[in-house]
Amino acid sequence: MTRALITLATARVSGEVVPARAQMATTLGFHIILASLGIAFPTTVLLAEFIGLRRHNETAMRLARRWSQAMGVLVAVGAVTGTVLSFEMGLLWPGLMRRFGAVLGFPFDVEGLFFFLEAIFTAIYLYGWRRLSGWKHWASGVPIALSGICGAMSVVAVNSWMNQPGGFTERDGRIMSVHVWQVFFNHAALYEMPHMILAAYMVTGFIVAGVYAAGIVRGRRDRYHYTGFSLGFVPAAILTPFQIFVGDTAARAIAHDQPVKFAAMEYVARTSRDVPEWLGGVYLNGQIYGGLKIPYMDSLLVGFSPSTKVVGWDSVPPADRPPAVWLIHLCFDAMVGLGFLLLLGGLWAAFEWWRRRHLPPQRLFWLLGSLSGLVAVVAMECGWVVTEVGRQPWVVYQLQTTAQAATTNGGILASLTVVIVLYAILGVATILILRMLARRWRHGDADQTDVPYGPRPRPPERSVPERTSAEVAS
Amino acid sequence: MPATVGAILLTGITLYAVLAGADFGGGLWDLLAGGDQRGRSPRQLIDQSISPVWEANHVWLIFDLVIFWTAFPRAFAAVMIGAALPLWLAAGGIVLRGAGFAFRKEITRLPWMRAAGATFALSSLMTPFFMGTVIGAIATRGIPPNPTSTNQHAWTNPTAVLAGLLFVAACGYLAAVYLTGEATRRGDRRLLAYFTRRAQAAAVVAGALSLALLAELHGSNRVLYSRLTGRALPLVILAALCGLGVLASISAHLPRFEVRVIAALGVATVIWGWGVAQYPVLLPGTGLTLDNASAPRSVLVALVGVFIAAVLVIGPSLALLFTLQSRGALQPDEAGLLMAADRIGGARPASGPRAKLPHEGLKGAIVALFAAVVYLRNRRRER
Repeated sequence: MTRALITLATARVSGEVVPARAQMATTLGFHIILASLGIAFPTTVLLAEFIGLRRHNETAMRLARRWSQAMGVLVAVGAVTGTVLSFEMGLLWPGLMRRFGAVLGFPFDVEGLFFFLEAIFTAIYLYGWRRLSGWKHWASGVPIALSGICGAMSVVAVNSWMNQPGGFTERDGRIMSVHVWQVFFNHAALYEMPHMILAAYMVTGFIVAGVYAAGIVRGRRDRYHYTGFSLGFVPAAILTPFQIFVGDTAARAIAHDQPVKFAAMEYVARTSRDVPEWLGGVYLNGQIYGGLKIPYMDSLLVGFSPSTKVVGWDSVPPADRPPAVWLIHLCFDAMVGLGFLLLLGGLWAAFEWWRRRHLPPQRLFWLLGSLSGLVAVVAMECGWVVTEVGRQPWVVYQLQTTAQAATTNGGILASLTVVIVLYAILGVATILILRMLARRWRHGDADQTDVPYGPRPRPPERSVPERTSAEVAS
Repeated sequence: MPATVGAILLTGITLYAVLAGADFGGGLWDLLAGGDQRGRSPRQLIDQSISPVWEANHVWLIFDLVIFWTAFPRAFAAVMIGAALPLWLAAGGIVLRGAGFAFRKEITRLPWMRAAGATFALSSLMTPFFMGTVIGAIATRGIPPNPTSTNQHAWTNPTAVLAGLLFVAACGYLAAVYLTGEATRRGDRRLLAYFTRRAQAAAVVAGALSLALLAELHGSNRVLYSRLTGRALPLVILAALCGLGVLASISAHLPRFEVRVIAALGVATVIWGWGVAQYPVLLPGTGLTLDNASAPRSVLVALVGVFIAAVLVIGPSLALLFTLQSRGALQPDEAGLLMAADRIGGARPASGPRAKLPHEGLKGAIVALFAAVVYLRNRRRER
């Protein structure tokens, strides 16, 4: 009876759930790319500046200065799209905030603190190039990198808490007490935090590498492009095996903590032993079409023994199962597969370096390299689809459904439409502006005025020569 | 403890208003600066004063939002449902403003630069206006405790619209006063006179709108009105004195640092006047108070802890940022390919086509605002 009533109640509001979820997915999916760049790009820029200062490497220094200009654009777009998400927490999910705002608020407060530090030192770093001396300027960037990592931890703390809620007591729908650090370092946080931070560093590294690999494919085989590629590729490639290890640990933990999500990821319909691993394949109406079946493999991965029992989605009633298991499974496979592809790229480069102290000469490597940024982004987005769709129908695992959290206000379809159009323009404009910057750098001219309007002044002669690193160091 | 957290929230709102408010106000003056040539130097000053600081200033909003939902989740959810549309529009304004501003700096082609600049300038008005209407909706008991949808009348009633206009005017006022300081620092007498005139105009408009809003509240929320003229009266008087003081000192060309502080103080006292008048009620007309709608004590203690950490860590960092900014140590880099000569000069004869921006808009805006005030006051009398 109660069940029927709940179903009825959720059916009434479910009209806004689908567009609300679509809007959250769009805005989060967009912001997460910028957030990743916000977390890890400052480190890449600092690495370039470090090499520039330490080894008096002019090329690295020039890259650092140019990248910080791109960083200015990316940070601005990231800051505003992140603000939209803050609004959406309330505007799309007031039910979640009303009931659990006090619980999941603390990690967000901590995040606010780090966001502040990030914004302040980003301003000092970006605008301090001309007046702050070398190492002093470099040091002004260190707080950005650190607060990026801590801020990411705080936000992921909230998401992982939604997967493994705890650290509070509730009576009659009212939160009675909260242990803020138990909320922050919840069980799922231990694997979600490193997984996301590593993802951010990989996405950033491979995007940077991809940009310069694309240049090299087009024949710009100079020191500048090879340096730019290496500064992105090397750290990202080094982190890839660690990420695969963390991801594997996370999957095993999910098999234990959120068995239904894991069952959807791996097509485990019935709780059983000797569970096979499916690579690809589309699950429709109880049948798996296509895909490669590896017997016993899933049981082996979960418990290191073919006879390990894996919980299937038959363990919960159909209403408590996530929708579109095929989507969850395929995204999971895509994420893992693309992760291994990136690992292969790294191994390839490592092999060539070991053999002849040189980056791979093969054209195929550079073609793949130019796609590595896209590959990393797709892998990360797939990971988010797995964790978010896999948690459905819950917004807070086993405590609150997404339908209960959604707003009762109408018009989400309209806001979704506006968001899609606005973000499409924003995304295209950001990419166009970054390309334009690159073109300007390539031509080496400074046909830029810092007066917002007004015709461009003609460059007097050539531009003022760049500060050499020797000057910087002095 | 809830009152302490309420005070922290109000402090956060105040800092957002006096810091980020001025950045939005910069957008107002950018919009009214006129064509390419006429608007060249004021736009340059606006651009350079906002650039390094706007993101840090903007974070106060995030800080306020998270404190609001952590400490008073029920009130937060009620506002988010009850005033959804203006909040969406305010958020849209934030996106367009930030993106437009950041893009304009990097674009080199004039038409696109104008498009980005117009986006920045127009959306700078959206955010304060719609946020003002949300505050107006709260103040006029427009947000019920458990709303299921937005009551559009709540934020479009005369009080709410006046509050929106006041927010815009206050942003413009702060920006103009701060910019007179910036012009003085650079020794630019022409821009000093330029922004002095605008600061005077904005002060008059903001003052008139404040009085009109107070008069309007007499009809729309009598309790709040009587408290504003009762226990919050000292703050209201202080706000008026600050406004008059700023007006007098900028008119006497005393654009010192203190004038900026007094201008900010004036805006702060208006916000605190509202807070004191409403205390201890969170949302008038709902019975939600600081005490009965607050999060558990452990959460509030943690919030106070975060705030102390913020004061200890962010305070010095912000001080460093503003010190470097005021010493002129923060300048755009342009990837080391600068033309120093052009930057210092700025007197290069410009010969581009003119942008059709509403550069005669200032007078028009003032007239329109006064007309609106007069109209609203008459309407109230009719009722």
